[in-house]
Amino acid sequence: MNFLAALRVSSRAIRSNKIRSILTTLGIIIGVAAVISLVSLTQGANRMIEEQLTSLGGKSLFISPGKRGVGVQENAINLTAADADAIRKLDVVEYVSPMIDAPEQVVWGNRNWFTVVVGTSPDFVFINDWYPDAGVFFNNEDVSKTENVCVLGRTVVSNLFGYRDPVGLTVRIGKDSFRVIGVMGALGQTSGGRDQDDVALIPYTTFQKRILGTDTLESISVSVGSPEDIPAAESRIKFVLRERHKLDKNEEDNFYIKSQLGVIDRIFAISNIMTVLLGSIASISLVVGGIGIMNIMLVSVGERTKEIGIRMAVGAKGKDIMMQFLIEAVLLSLTGGVIGIAAGVLGSKIGSSFTGWKSVISPESILVSFCFAALIGIFFGIYPARKASKLDPIEALRYE
Amino acid sequence: MGGNVIVTKDIHKVYKLGDTEVHALRGVSIDIKEGEFVSIMGASGSGKSTFMNIIGCLDKPTSGNYYLDGSKVSEMEKDALADIRNRKIGFVFQSFNLLARTTAAENVELPLIYNGTPSRTRVRLAYDALSRVGLGGREKHYPSQLSGGQQQRVAIARAIVNDPSIILADEPTGNLDTAVSSEIMEIFRSLNDQGKTIIIITHEHDIAENAERTIVFKDGSVTEEKSKDGRGVRAARTVET
Repeated sequence: MNFLAALRVSSRAIRSNKIRSILTTLGIIIGVAAVISLVSLTQGANRMIEEQLTSLGGKSLFISPGKRGVGVQENAINLTAADADAIRKLDVVEYVSPMIDAPEQVVWGNRNWFTVVVGTSPDFVFINDWYPDAGVFFNNEDVSKTENVCVLGRTVVSNLFGYRDPVGLTVRIGKDSFRVIGVMGALGQTSGGRDQDDVALIPYTTFQKRILGTDTLESISVSVGSPEDIPAAESRIKFVLRERHKLDKNEEDNFYIKSQLGVIDRIFAISNIMTVLLGSIASISLVVGGIGIMNIMLVSVGERTKEIGIRMAVGAKGKDIMMQFLIEAVLLSLTGGVIGIAAGVLGSKIGSSFTGWKSVISPESILVSFCFAALIGIFFGIYPARKASKLDPIEALRYE
Repeated sequence: MGGNVIVTKDIHKVYKLGDTEVHALRGVSIDIKEGEFVSIMGASGSGKSTFMNIIGCLDKPTSGNYYLDGSKVSEMEKDALADIRNRKIGFVFQSFNLLARTTAAENVELPLIYNGTPSRTRVRLAYDALSRVGLGGREKHYPSQLSGGQQQRVAIARAIVNDPSIILADEPTGNLDTAVSSEIMEIFRSLNDQGKTIIIITHEHDIAENAERTIVFKDGSVTEEKSKDGRGVRAARTVET
């Protein structure tokens, strides 16, 4: 019996019992739709988590002096602006900002506020995705000319100026006067309770010259294009710094590169677990749908015992009968699969419009559920088909 | 006329029903020549249906040998038997056994589907067979749209479409009235005239009279064989006590 003829026989059998076929495929439709929509929604949620993590520093690296795990080492403060410039030359690196900070008194008129003064470069705003609300941030010229300009955080502004706009006014930081050129947008507190807005930002060159009188840095902040670039950036920065610091092969690093990679990896691992978990819960309904197909195929084999007998009498072999019923089961499950994919895509669109999550429908998930539906048809079709093929032709012919 | 198309040698068939054994056939040896028209008679339970199933390759004898067209069928595997049924045997049943949701032509095509005949040839052969039984023009009718006699003609067309060596008919007129029965028997006779070997199981004497030879079964044995003129061909082989 050729495949085409078998296909025609099977599709006729399915069409001749429309309601039953539709109800049978419904199980598969629901299963496939559930898998597709749940997986696409969790992947959409992942995408959102990824974006939020990126804004939380998922793309940045932090280089500090000293050996890993060792506390403050006075003689280890050896990072310089030249190191930062060398790092800036790497392709993989997008932004670099030297960092140096110290607690310092900021004074305006008769008011003063004790805050953290941070010396940095204009790249700071891009690395932290944190921009001035009013006025401007200092530029590279301010840095190279060691200008006495500062950008204040919200907390400093409200404590010194109240509701007054400080841009253009002059404050005193330490012994020097600084012109306020901008106010940063409000960030709020970190999860650890630190007020991120309690800060005054000045060019790092000015900081080195006026505040500490040093030419070293406390750390270097670096950001890359995407979280995937972090490992490459880490190893290349390490190479450059080891060379610049003239370290021997067997000497330990005298600096320490820190990234959020570990945390991010763990968060992604968790969300992948969620995807797998929800996907497998949805697959259970697919299996239930498969059992429905098996059930209906068994009924169908029973009902068509006589037909099987007639076919055998005119020369159908066991494998012909088996193929006929197997094709029927696979046809049922594949029809359900196709409709289910359509329903799943629709469902995830609806779901994403309700939740505001993105729905990510990958071609892979469609392909996988299509193949899975076919496999279910084969798996749950084999038993009824074998049962049909093993019928005794005499008994089957006698069946009424 | 050629040689023997069917040769059975001492065929026994024993069914096991729980602990008891039922001897359906107790040593049946029959030869049927090519082109012969044979009827088989006997009361129900006489073993004639079992014999029919065995020569129709639907069943295997418990012991004894069965040669069909010279090949030893009694030792063949299931798939090989299916192949023999497909190529060498045409079945006609009392209840027609047509597929309900399938047109006359598609019913006739059925045996051809299982031997790989290409679709176009199938349709041509099916139409041809239908016209040979006088059903030209009804190819697209469903069984429910046909009378009993017409349905049986479709079944005969199905039996001959593969040009088999023998046609086995199991009470082919059992569900038909007398007038239609004689039309059906007319078809069998004309097929016989064209050289087909025909074996008909019946319990009606006037049907059996169409045959050149009648074989009578009783209690699993052949008790009587007679030719058309009523003369005994062979004495009863076993005499029941």
